[in-house]
Amino acid sequence: MLSVMFRFHVCAGEIFELKAELNSDKKEKKKEAVKKVIASMTVGKDVSALFPDVVNCMQTDNLELKKLVYLYLMNYAKSQPDMAIMAVNTFVKDCEDPNPLIRALAVRTMGCIRVDKITEYLCEPLRKCLKDEDPYVRKTAAVCVAKLHDINAQLVEDQGFLDTLKDLISDSNPMVVANAVAALSEIAESHPNSNLLDLNPQSINKLLTALNECTEWGQIFILDCLANYTPRDDRESQSICERVTPRLSHANSAVVLSAVKVLMKFMEMLPKDLDYYGTLLKKLAPPLVTLLSAEPELQYVALRNINLIVQKRPEILKHEMKVFFVKYNDPIYVKLEKLDIMIRLASQANIAQVLAELKEYATEVDVDFVRKAVRAIGRCAIKVEQSAERCVSTLLDLIQTKVNYVVQEAIVVIKDIFRKYPNKYESVIATLCENLDSLDEPEARAAMIWIVGEYAERIDNADELLESFLEGFHDESTQVQLQLLTAIVKLFLKKPTETQELVQQVLSLATQDSDNPDLRDRGYIYWRLLSTDPVAAKEVVLAEKPLISEETDLIEPTLLEELICHIGTLASVYHKPPSAFVEGSRGVMHKRLPAQGTESPDVGNVAGGSAPEAAPSIIPSQGDLLGDLLNLDLAPPTTTGPPPPTSGMQMGGMDLLGGGLDSLTFLLWYPQVWLPAMKAKGLEISGTFARRAGVIQMELVLTNKAMSVMTDFAIQFNRNSFGLAPAGPLQVLTPLGPNQTIEVSLPLSTVGPVMKMDPLNNLQVAVKNNIDVFYFSCQYPISMLFVEDGKMERQVFLATWKDIPNDNESQFQIQDCHLNSDAASNKLQGSNIFTIAKRTVEGQDMLYMAIKLSNGIWVLAELKMQAGNPNYTVSLGTRRDGEQHY
Amino acid sequence: MIGGLFIYNHKGEVLISRVYRDDIGRNAVDAFRVNVIHARQQVRSPVTNIARTSFFHVKRSNIWLAAVTKQNVNAAMVFEFLYKMCDVMTAYFGKISEENIKNNFVLIYELLDEILDFGYPQNSETGALKTFITQTGIKSQSKEEQSQITSQVTGQIGWRREGIKYRRNELFLDVLESVNLLMSPQGQVLSAHVSGRVVMKSYLSGMPECKFGMNDKIVIDKQGKGGATEEAAGKSDLGGSGGGGGKQSIAIDDCTFHQCVRLSKFDAERSISFIPPDGECELMRYRTTKDIILPFRVIPLVREVGRTKLEVKVVIKSNFKPSLLAQKIEVRIPTPLNTSGVQVICMKGKAKYKASENAIVWKIKRMAGMKESQISAEIELLPTNDKKKWARPPISMNFEVPFAPSGLKVRYLKVFEPKLNYSDHDVIKWVRYIGRSGIYETRC
Repeated sequence: MLSVMFRFHVCAGEIFELKAELNSDKKEKKKEAVKKVIASMTVGKDVSALFPDVVNCMQTDNLELKKLVYLYLMNYAKSQPDMAIMAVNTFVKDCEDPNPLIRALAVRTMGCIRVDKITEYLCEPLRKCLKDEDPYVRKTAAVCVAKLHDINAQLVEDQGFLDTLKDLISDSNPMVVANAVAALSEIAESHPNSNLLDLNPQSINKLLTALNECTEWGQIFILDCLANYTPRDDRESQSICERVTPRLSHANSAVVLSAVKVLMKFMEMLPKDLDYYGTLLKKLAPPLVTLLSAEPELQYVALRNINLIVQKRPEILKHEMKVFFVKYNDPIYVKLEKLDIMIRLASQANIAQVLAELKEYATEVDVDFVRKAVRAIGRCAIKVEQSAERCVSTLLDLIQTKVNYVVQEAIVVIKDIFRKYPNKYESVIATLCENLDSLDEPEARAAMIWIVGEYAERIDNADELLESFLEGFHDESTQVQLQLLTAIVKLFLKKPTETQELVQQVLSLATQDSDNPDLRDRGYIYWRLLSTDPVAAKEVVLAEKPLISEETDLIEPTLLEELICHIGTLASVYHKPPSAFVEGSRGVMHKRLPAQGTESPDVGNVAGGSAPEAAPSIIPSQGDLLGDLLNLDLAPPTTTGPPPPTSGMQMGGMDLLGGGLDSLTFLLWYPQVWLPAMKAKGLEISGTFARRAGVIQMELVLTNKAMSVMTDFAIQFNRNSFGLAPAGPLQVLTPLGPNQTIEVSLPLSTVGPVMKMDPLNNLQVAVKNNIDVFYFSCQYPISMLFVEDGKMERQVFLATWKDIPNDNESQFQIQDCHLNSDAASNKLQGSNIFTIAKRTVEGQDMLYMAIKLSNGIWVLAELKMQAGNPNYTVSLGTRRDGEQHY
Repeated sequence: MIGGLFIYNHKGEVLISRVYRDDIGRNAVDAFRVNVIHARQQVRSPVTNIARTSFFHVKRSNIWLAAVTKQNVNAAMVFEFLYKMCDVMTAYFGKISEENIKNNFVLIYELLDEILDFGYPQNSETGALKTFITQTGIKSQSKEEQSQITSQVTGQIGWRREGIKYRRNELFLDVLESVNLLMSPQGQVLSAHVSGRVVMKSYLSGMPECKFGMNDKIVIDKQGKGGATEEAAGKSDLGGSGGGGGKQSIAIDDCTFHQCVRLSKFDAERSISFIPPDGECELMRYRTTKDIILPFRVIPLVREVGRTKLEVKVVIKSNFKPSLLAQKIEVRIPTPLNTSGVQVICMKGKAKYKASENAIVWKIKRMAGMKESQISAEIELLPTNDKKKWARPPISMNFEVPFAPSGLKVRYLKVFEPKLNYSDHDVIKWVRYIGRSGIYETRC
């Protein structure tokens, strides 16, 4: 709503006045007018009507005026492409100007005008500027290549600008090198496997030389680029580290963090017994500590990164606990992060100090911070056993303060302490029970109920306490309800005589009066357990619980490795991989740390290793259709998620049913992004296919990533190989608000118009909403077309099998599949691949199978399996010529 | 990289908006206003993600600067850039205020065009920028001048222009330290560190090559082994006025340098050599934790007399050469929340109970070294039924002393300018040491 305030329209009179001034003869007046136009543009007024008049002012020798006009052009050229052409001549002329500042300005601005027609004119001037004698022009041209690539990648490749850009890495001027590196890194990101940067020892050497000479920003570009390189051996790794370490003393924190990133990554390759390894570890601590005296925003970035570093290499900062103590004047975001790191660094050696600090923090004003401090005390107790007692008494002191949120938080952590040290601190239970009434947060209530249930035999009035909770059972949150149910069952098992009524009450509340399936299920399980076998119930419900682990909130190791490769960047601030917050192709590559002692240079290559295992979502196998579907179908049942990547089924013979099939890649059964939000004005579509109860379903997930509401969805298919068509309209009834997601499942029929597609299972889809129509194509698994009545009479099978001409038959192997013939046949049947006959010949199981496709075509298969040999041989055949092309 | 840069006033109105990337639309301007500026209380981080767009912000007085991106940018770089942007603007038109920004918006656009290209920061040293972004209308430059500008902007010494001339070659070195202390009531040092800065103001002709030397332990030890060196000559120049102890060398935990310092040379030889920017720059920052001279000791004595009275006695002792004078001394003694009245007696300076701050503030204008002074106070308390005990916050102290508590001494700063005919001896050099209190607390 507020934005409206600033976006009023310029009234006609004002425009008219500006127009007159722009066309004035007086230079000063002209300039003032352009200034006014820019001022209106800044606040969001629409002054595009003045386009021709402003462009007329472009031809001037006044550099300041020229810059203003260019600024205007960059803003409005896109909305007035035809008019923008008017400016081209001036640009081209300016690119020849004797003054290098003007040449650079022209090429810089031209790159910012995202109009196709203009980019064509840009090529020649850009080519010249890339080879300009003046370094200022060259460094500007280098960035311009990245701009042009963003508008028209193909053009950049065709014009050979990438090679020129690569040459600039050897330029004599450090800033040109730095900008070329920045541009190439950006372009390389959108071509993950292009090897564009082609980092090798020679080019690395050039970069390291430029590193000493360029500006602070250039150093960042170069260091970030270096971090993508994987040295060939530990010696190279060490020599790069040696040349990067001086950067740790730079006043610019970003330079320091990028250097830390390079060192953290390359350190992985150094043998741990090397002296240098120890030296390097020691060198890393002081600069990290110094980052904490930077401005608060940078401290925040540094702390988020240090959080990663202490998880990866706790030894670096283990003696630096004190610097993470919270200062009274720190902004809240710095305080919270420091607290996190304090807990990670807490050890027996420093626990006394840490605890004293935490106790201080628990009396501060900010509620979040206080809660976190209380929670931290609990975590210290769990992490450092010797301190547990002191932590518990500190927590009790805090409970005595009666500050509501402190008490609740303390109870939550005491529950965790009980789980770590069972039967050790029950003496405090009495104190806890005193505070029962003040608990109003679900987590605290649930924790308290858990404690009462767990120690029911030691609390005299446990039944009364739990009963009091039961009164408002339906108003409680699920978390509390579940906990209450369990606690009362525990109580019943411990004191069966007095609490029979109570348990019946809770069981009926949970099973009969609740809509929550989890609660009902749990209720029924208890009910049945208690009614059939109370002894078993006791064993189940009162079983010894596993102790909770010492370290909590640890980042999962593979993610941690990836984040270490992103030190200094947003990913390290969010603690999320770039793919989680970056749209499109950029940043989807997963970076990994190099392995120690890697010999081969291509492990973890420039792209950071986009090998199949790094991106398990799509396995770019060359396997053919039938191989694929068998492979799939032997895997766990469909639609339940990805088969484990280690299932190890590799396709043997590739060329089976003719060349046409080779190009088919197969799909896994979980959603893929079909239409990225970038391409569809904020609408993201991902989806998958499934066959349920004989009906083919297209499961779509629509996400609105735009800032406005979307309505009026509809879907249509292009003609395709199997005549797939939507069997009904797309059921999106409610408008889709910003950041909302909706899942729709669309039944498909196979009676639509048929056209052979390449690849065969390709499907072209159009989706419409109130904004526009979007097109995408996706591939469906052939196996969803297998119909349920694919069972064939034995005789028919035999006859058909014999009928199949030899050239229509093919063979290949499925390797490493550890299933016996029955299991395999059951599994396959789940996907409508039917076993017609089974034979055992010379220790080999032969399975004869039939598949019927939705268009009535039969595919027959013979599967040979040998006990103990994990490799299967499959022979496939279809009866009619032509069918083999499936 | 950075997709766009916006500047807002405190109401959230856009003063400057410059978009560098196509993926940032006008709605981003509004998104930040609504989600961050107007939701002040809830903002708990300088980085905010709204609808897959990341916003970095810093605030200068009541002006918001926000950088926007949709990519995985180098976050540290974005913040460093925003600070730099502030420095550049301050250097051009003084304080960053709404009025100044509105009056200079054309200049700001011109600067933004120059220092950020497609979201990549470019040379942003004011010294270099001022040679060609002038706002006085473009002078018709000669070809030499133009190429001089471009080579400077892109060159290795981007922070200094050529052809600077002074009649008097002069330089000023300020060693500014802040000393931080946390002490237990028994006088045990819980933590202490000094964070220091060496600020250089230079008015030197040409492209002077400078070499800075201090009593860094690593360098001194090395020289001890290597025998006598040429450094002796410079020592007499800048003896410096030491404070407390007669320490020969100090151990520096870590230091960072202005970008003019050749870091690889520092790493290899630990020598600090550079061509300084003209005018003022922060040459170096450093941190020390060992052998710190604590200029003052605070000895507290708090006695609770019954439930309604406290007796407080605090002694401060100055611990440096008697010939030196500490200034602006202030001792802050916290009082309980239920204080009803305070009576203070002090021998030196003035002391006052400030109810609004819950503290007795004792101020002394000057105090020489090796002296001590005392304050005693009687605090009357209102009886309360509050079970919570008074947390006894620490007694804090502020002061300024004319020496470096870390013990750092400037040994020399040599200037060579081979092309012009002035030598190191012709340069007038001044060194000043100022030690200030950082967080200087004693628990009681």
